[in-house]
Amino acid sequence: MKLNNQSVKKLRKDFPIFENQKELVYLDSASTTQKPKQVIKSIVDSYETTNANIHRGIYDLSQKATKKYENSKKIIAKFINTSEKEIIFTKSTTESINLLAYTLPSILQKEKDEIVLTEMEHHSNLVPWQQLAKRNDMKLKFIKIKEDFTLDLEDAKNKITEKTAIVSLTHISNTLGAINPVREIFKLAKKNNSITVLDAAQSIAHMKVDVKKIDCDFLVFSGHKIYAPMGIGVLYGKKELLEKLSPFNFGGDMIKSVTLEGSEWNTIPERFEAGTQNIEGAIALGEAIKYLEKIGVNEIGKWEKELTDYSAKELNQIKGVKIYLPKKHSGILSFNVENLPTHDVASMLDDYDICIRAGHHCNMPLMKKLRISGTARISFAFYNTFEDIDKFIKAIKEIMGKVK
Amino acid sequence: MKHNDLNERMYKEHIMELYKSPNNFGELKNPTHRHTEYNSFCGDEVTINLLVNNAKIKDAKFSGSGCVISTVSSSLLTNKIKGMKVEEIKKLSKVDMLKLLKIKINPARIKCVLLPLEAVMGALR
Repeated sequence: MKLNNQSVKKLRKDFPIFENQKELVYLDSASTTQKPKQVIKSIVDSYETTNANIHRGIYDLSQKATKKYENSKKIIAKFINTSEKEIIFTKSTTESINLLAYTLPSILQKEKDEIVLTEMEHHSNLVPWQQLAKRNDMKLKFIKIKEDFTLDLEDAKNKITEKTAIVSLTHISNTLGAINPVREIFKLAKKNNSITVLDAAQSIAHMKVDVKKIDCDFLVFSGHKIYAPMGIGVLYGKKELLEKLSPFNFGGDMIKSVTLEGSEWNTIPERFEAGTQNIEGAIALGEAIKYLEKIGVNEIGKWEKELTDYSAKELNQIKGVKIYLPKKHSGILSFNVENLPTHDVASMLDDYDICIRAGHHCNMPLMKKLRISGTARISFAFYNTFEDIDKFIKAIKEIMGKVK
Repeated sequence: MKHNDLNERMYKEHIMELYKSPNNFGELKNPTHRHTEYNSFCGDEVTINLLVNNAKIKDAKFSGSGCVISTVSSSLLTNKIKGMKVEEIKKLSKVDMLKLLKIKINPARIKCVLLPLEAVMGALR
């Protein structure tokens, strides 16, 4: 579907929040996206028509619920070009990374004791690895960011060595919007037999993510950043690796047989899905992807970039505004306003019903590197229009007038 | 729309005016009490300087880097406590601070309002 201001305005009607909050200018989709009625309806449908626990019931209702749950996995698998056997439901990106940080040590070679990340990781792709390093006496290394906010590939070549056990990095920076050269970096990792993890939280809804092309061992993302509900996330893992990993959570459904003395694990992916799952969330995630595919993820990315470039052009014309935008970027734009702390910028914009993020964006080491305490950040989804940006720019000019 | 409802707005004119030229900004030459408080949420930092004599505040100043709300709150609080008894100051609460600002504060920003009060309490501790 071709996206332009006109077609987007029609698609916006799918999002009840814009009907209920007519003046809302929502520029915080990197934080969480709004939900289309198709997704909301799917949650209601689950409870109203197929509510039962999955994998256990003999009866028809449970089998219907199981089928919808399994079907959602197929949709997700196809979306990232893999098999449903390699899709594990978690509650979020954060939980997926924690699962890896706890289970990967069992398959790491002893002589490999370094974890390579980048200077632009969200705390969720930093803190779990810090903890792993502490537990297992490993070392963390960080690929540097250059002046133009891109990753330093030369530095990556130095940091990724035969001692590297794991390379984990973000596909798109949640603060700077930089699209990272993940294939190149993972090639370096593979040359050194390192495990590769891709944090796709900020890319999954904005560009084609193909696990075969990227060739990563694991990939993680959250549902709520791709028009699905909160509390559902995904961990993709290569089958041969998942089969070697010990389970993370123990309990019901992840077992094949249990005696009082011990248990045998279920096959993958169920081995990693202990306990009753967020079934309606999982099903709704499939619906969200179906919805997004009707529009086309590449088309969405193109439209969001158009909006970002227009915003950057407008912001650049305002004296006293500094923007932080790498050349190769997605629909995320960080900026600062002279003489106005970022939290005030966000609060003042809130007076205009404009939602933006302010602060360190769970990216404190990056802020330190840029020598700032935080940024104001706008981020787009396909439902944003040029009018949203015009209102935002007008408001920025007005609030800057107040501090003059 | 919130923008049209002036009562709903945080950044009213009196707030912006005080932010641009706050009262009591700076350091005292001979403070008897001094304390710095931080707000990790927005990176604010407020240092309070007090001159206490006979259990009363003779003079008060504040410094540091803060957001609009914490700067204005610091300015108003240092004005208020000048001449007050230490014992009275120790009874000041969130409600008193909100009364000083005379604006509706978004819950996310309450910390910014309270930062100077925490700094004063810290100085008097």
